[in-house]
Amino acid sequence: MATGTAPTNPTPPPRPRQLTWIEEAFFNWIADWGTLGIEFTIAVGDMSLFALRTMQWLFNRLPKRETLVPNFYQVGVMSLPVVALTGTFIGMVLAVQSYFQFRQLGLETRLGAVINMTLVRELGPVLAATMLAGRVGSAMAAELGTMRVTEQIDALDSMGTNPIHYLVVPRFLACVILIPALTVMADFMGFVGGYFYSVNILGIDQHYYMYNSEQFVQSWDIFYGLIKSVFFGGTIAIVSCHRGFHCEAGAEGVGRAATAAFVYSFVFILAIDLALGIGLDSIYNYMWPDHVVSISGG
Amino acid sequence: MHARLEEDHSEPILDVDSLHVQFGSQTVLRDISIKIPRGQTLAIIGESGCGKTVLLKTMIALIRPTQGQVTFEGKNLHKISERELTKERIRYGFVFQGAALFDSMTIGQNVAFPLKQHTRKPIEEIRQIVFGLLADVGLPDSIVWKKPAELSGGMQKRVGLARSLALKPEVMLYDEPTTGLDPIMSDVINELILRTRSRYPVTSIVVTHDMRTARKVADRVLMLYPASRLKGDEPQILYDGPPEGLDECTDRRVTQFVHGEAGERIMEMREAAGV
Repeated sequence: MATGTAPTNPTPPPRPRQLTWIEEAFFNWIADWGTLGIEFTIAVGDMSLFALRTMQWLFNRLPKRETLVPNFYQVGVMSLPVVALTGTFIGMVLAVQSYFQFRQLGLETRLGAVINMTLVRELGPVLAATMLAGRVGSAMAAELGTMRVTEQIDALDSMGTNPIHYLVVPRFLACVILIPALTVMADFMGFVGGYFYSVNILGIDQHYYMYNSEQFVQSWDIFYGLIKSVFFGGTIAIVSCHRGFHCEAGAEGVGRAATAAFVYSFVFILAIDLALGIGLDSIYNYMWPDHVVSISGG
Repeated sequence: MHARLEEDHSEPILDVDSLHVQFGSQTVLRDISIKIPRGQTLAIIGESGCGKTVLLKTMIALIRPTQGQVTFEGKNLHKISERELTKERIRYGFVFQGAALFDSMTIGQNVAFPLKQHTRKPIEEIRQIVFGLLADVGLPDSIVWKKPAELSGGMQKRVGLARSLALKPEVMLYDEPTTGLDPIMSDVINELILRTRSRYPVTSIVVTHDMRTARKVADRVLMLYPASRLKGDEPQILYDGPPEGLDECTDRRVTQFVHGEAGERIMEMREAAGV
């Protein structure tokens, strides 16, 4: 048997106090928000860098004609029918919704002003952008996502062709250049739909309908809508291509990229719509401070 | 047998130095250093998920390492500008696991793609080069109008090989060139790798878990082990030497892989899964 002093047991460190379920839930809640904040910041930063790289390649070297034409066809020509159709319906819906309120005030002849003003300033650009995000944005994300999953984007890179220059820049140009044309189409068909329903079905005098439209809708309003649409187009292209480039593996990943492309684009469209609305109105009020148009006057 | 001894003393065309790659919290490559002399054919073997493809993609700067560097003829690929990197990448040929043919293009357009992007050759000359490249991999001219989806896996791989040879690369990277192919087609691909090497002065790196391919085409074999299964400071490279030396290796992890034996792996997997 061993001799000597018996080893003394060191005092064990105090155990940390067990958290109650409320404390644990609270800390988890804070951690979740923290994670969400970090992920959001990373996503915004990543998307901004993606947009900057796209701009860099855009000004560095324009894409070849053979890559531009198919994208212009997809974005412009193929989107035209659906934008025209939805534009027509929106014009008619505006007439239906506004008529009863305006009739109560005895202002039904001002319907043309309201419908056309709403169309050119707000609904035309937003509608064209929403259609573009749904029809083209999701398709772009799915196509690029599939290319990512099947290593086609890596193949481009490995052959010394920059994927942003080859894949993103043509799509960006197509969206930015053609969305004003789609907006004009949505505006025009909305005008036709609104006019048809107001004059032919609601029986509003066509002379006053047109007169009030001309009085209220200024060139600035059309310009205002078209400027907004350019920003919407750029956003749709960047968001959709970014989602495609960062697609996760598998069919589920591609599906998720396509859905995210539309949802993110739509949220960005509305956020940019608000920011540009405030910004452009401030510019207008600064440039023409005395110009006030009243719906009840004249 | 390939000439090996005189190549071992030459300046390495590719130098991988202390490479470390991590995705999130997962370490895939840990302190990998390899020097690849010009003209050598290196086979990188190892079980699925050991980081073979990641290593291959890091060698052409498709993946950025967390630490370490890849030097191609004295240039650190991860430090040079995008424009310079593009120039260097043209000197590589990459055959992808799933061929990675552009499915929106025909076979002819796929093979002509690098030529159209990086040369100013007239269309007729490009067409002749495409036919020549396809003939080299045993494909008829009539295939040029087909889409990749219309071809079998073996044909797609051969088109991928033809496309990667279009710009006469100095380094060929093959990612699992025989995976998913029948034994005959696998051997056809092996023969094509050998033929490419004899016809062009290329350095080749073949990532594979097919031992027949490794033994047939390589001068040198390098075996990687999954970083997650390593204990302590164990090196991730288990074997680095000639293919003939694999049979004399005493490391059980190497012999198990070479002979395709599961050993106690099922028990380990059950333990890891908590079954």
